[in-house]
Amino acid sequence: MNLHEYQAKDLLARFGVPVPPGKVAYTPDEAKRIAEEYGKMVVIKAQVHVGGRGKAGGVKLANTPAEAFDKTQAILGLNIKGLIVKKVLVAQAVDIAKEYYAGMILDRSSQRVVLMLSKEGGVDIEEVAATNPDAIIKHFIDPHKGLRAFEARELVKRAGLEGNLNKLAQILVQLYNAYVGIDASTAEINPLVITTDGQVIAADAKIVLDDNALFRHPDLAQLREVEAEHPLEVEASNYGFAYVKLDGQVGVIGNGAGLVMYTLDLVNRVGGKPANFLDIGGGAKAEVVFNALKVVLKDPDVKGVFINIFGGITRADEVAKGVIRALEEGILTKPVAMRVAGTAEEEAKRLLEGKPIYMYPASVEAAKAIAGMVGGGKQ
Amino acid sequence: MSILINKDSKVLVQGITGREGAFHAEQMIKYGTKVVAGVTPGKGGTQALAVPVYDSVKEAASKHKIDASIIFVPAPAAADAALEAAHAGVPLVVLITEGIPTMDMVKAVKEIKELGVRLIGGNCPGLITAEECKLGIMPGHVFKRGKVGMISRSGTLTYESAAALSDAGIGVTTVVGIGGDPIIGTTFKDLLPLFNDDPETKAVVLCGEIGGSDEEDAAAYIKTHMKKPVVAFIGGRSAPKGKRMGHAGAIISGNVGTPESKLAAFAVAGVPVADTINQIVDLVKAKLS
Repeated sequence: MNLHEYQAKDLLARFGVPVPPGKVAYTPDEAKRIAEEYGKMVVIKAQVHVGGRGKAGGVKLANTPAEAFDKTQAILGLNIKGLIVKKVLVAQAVDIAKEYYAGMILDRSSQRVVLMLSKEGGVDIEEVAATNPDAIIKHFIDPHKGLRAFEARELVKRAGLEGNLNKLAQILVQLYNAYVGIDASTAEINPLVITTDGQVIAADAKIVLDDNALFRHPDLAQLREVEAEHPLEVEASNYGFAYVKLDGQVGVIGNGAGLVMYTLDLVNRVGGKPANFLDIGGGAKAEVVFNALKVVLKDPDVKGVFINIFGGITRADEVAKGVIRALEEGILTKPVAMRVAGTAEEEAKRLLEGKPIYMYPASVEAAKAIAGMVGGGKQ
Repeated sequence: MSILINKDSKVLVQGITGREGAFHAEQMIKYGTKVVAGVTPGKGGTQALAVPVYDSVKEAASKHKIDASIIFVPAPAAADAALEAAHAGVPLVVLITEGIPTMDMVKAVKEIKELGVRLIGGNCPGLITAEECKLGIMPGHVFKRGKVGMISRSGTLTYESAAALSDAGIGVTTVVGIGGDPIIGTTFKDLLPLFNDDPETKAVVLCGEIGGSDEEDAAAYIKTHMKKPVVAFIGGRSAPKGKRMGHAGAIISGNVGTPESKLAAFAVAGVPVADTINQIVDLVKAKLS
């Protein structure tokens, strides 16, 4: 789960990381009042779950409260990569002497959290990694020992960061404590600023939380913003489906993430474009299949549906019953291509005999057929 | 022969009294797996599926020889259950549970490895040695005994591939579902040496996915060490960057985990990559003839 910058900063502050004072504003008036309260230059920053805000015009400096009003008015309602800005962070501006980078992510190869530290802050770290990889130093943290202050000091020296050594090292330790304490999967301070008067401060922060661990952080789980997600993704998650909205026309339903991914690949291979990923999971009953069809067919982009089932624990006849219920209740308004195999395959085929469902023995043929039916398919 | 498990393997089920655990333990017993005991803390001294239930793995291990444990414990307690089994001296631990907090796995995987215990999963379907022992949640009947070892990051896709190989008369030896999470106990390159040494396995199918670099690591091992033909498959090749498709591990982040990188690594290792399930069968046939 992605957090907004202001939420990330609040969390880091709880662990002792210094952040510039800031407050959230939903209207230009609120931004003006916050700027008046601070009585100095502020930075107005769009709060949306997407990178590249600056380039999109979502970050602006304001010298006066009146400017804060105008700049906020300009930023609210902006469309940044498909997301509409509904709130801004109004934060005290910092006088930057140096901009560094400190970030932690999960490293799959070493199976540890890796700390990355660089003198090249304030820019996209992936760009630094691509153009100047030597400018990033990495430290793989032993999960049982954590990050110790002496290690952090060594890293600060190795990265060549200039500034208060103890303070910089302490922030790295605090960042790791936060990472573990809130079960983050990404925690970044970028830039980590040294101010002109020598203070060390997290001028921007990004945190992504581990969804699997939200059960032990009910306060953080509440930060989820349903309105920032696609409504169909919200509905699907209420049914317990893994669902991802994509930009094509072929609705895809299958059992098992691997099989559904494969089905998307097949649809693409034959020239179609999948409209979604939907995994009904293992052992699904007829009602689950019916609900899956309801979600997929609510998507106005969907021009046809491909149901791909390999029965294991899931019984193909239960899937067939779900499809038949959808037919009977009149929600199957688009053509459906289906391929079922495995457990209870014959029963499923018998149940669907004579029904207006296109049945195919192999996934590839079903993919070709549905891509052809919705247009854009190649044979 | 086979790898990791066979008809004589004595199995412990952790979470045997839970809904999932009870269902799958029964299925495993029906398949022929020798389930000797179960563990549910607080229910020690009772019976489930005609086997004794203990409060801890340690107690179970003091009364029975245990070759492997399979875990159906809910996510908040799953990593702890795996550690418990490893500390009790169980040499093979299979963690089926999905949705385990990542940091729990980071800590547990390191400790379990240090104990010299093999952990499969989490978030995996388990493993099966065809017609001998099922230590997982897969539909046993689709796996016919034959010549091919399989390692896979996906569940259903594995069943389907194994079924296709079985239907083609080629069959499988042992099939291992290693799981779809970013942090797992055992990866492709850990299992390839075992198949290399198993005389019954004549070829290996590796079902990979986008995300991470386990396929690239496997390709490097295959190039230098593998004595048997390997056929690969990569799922999620059309998935958009940064989108998580069901499996938490199947995600392209930055330039890591792209299908291009995996295809290139397999090309260098001389491993053909199938585009479809049927093609897996064709490529295996070609390699075996």
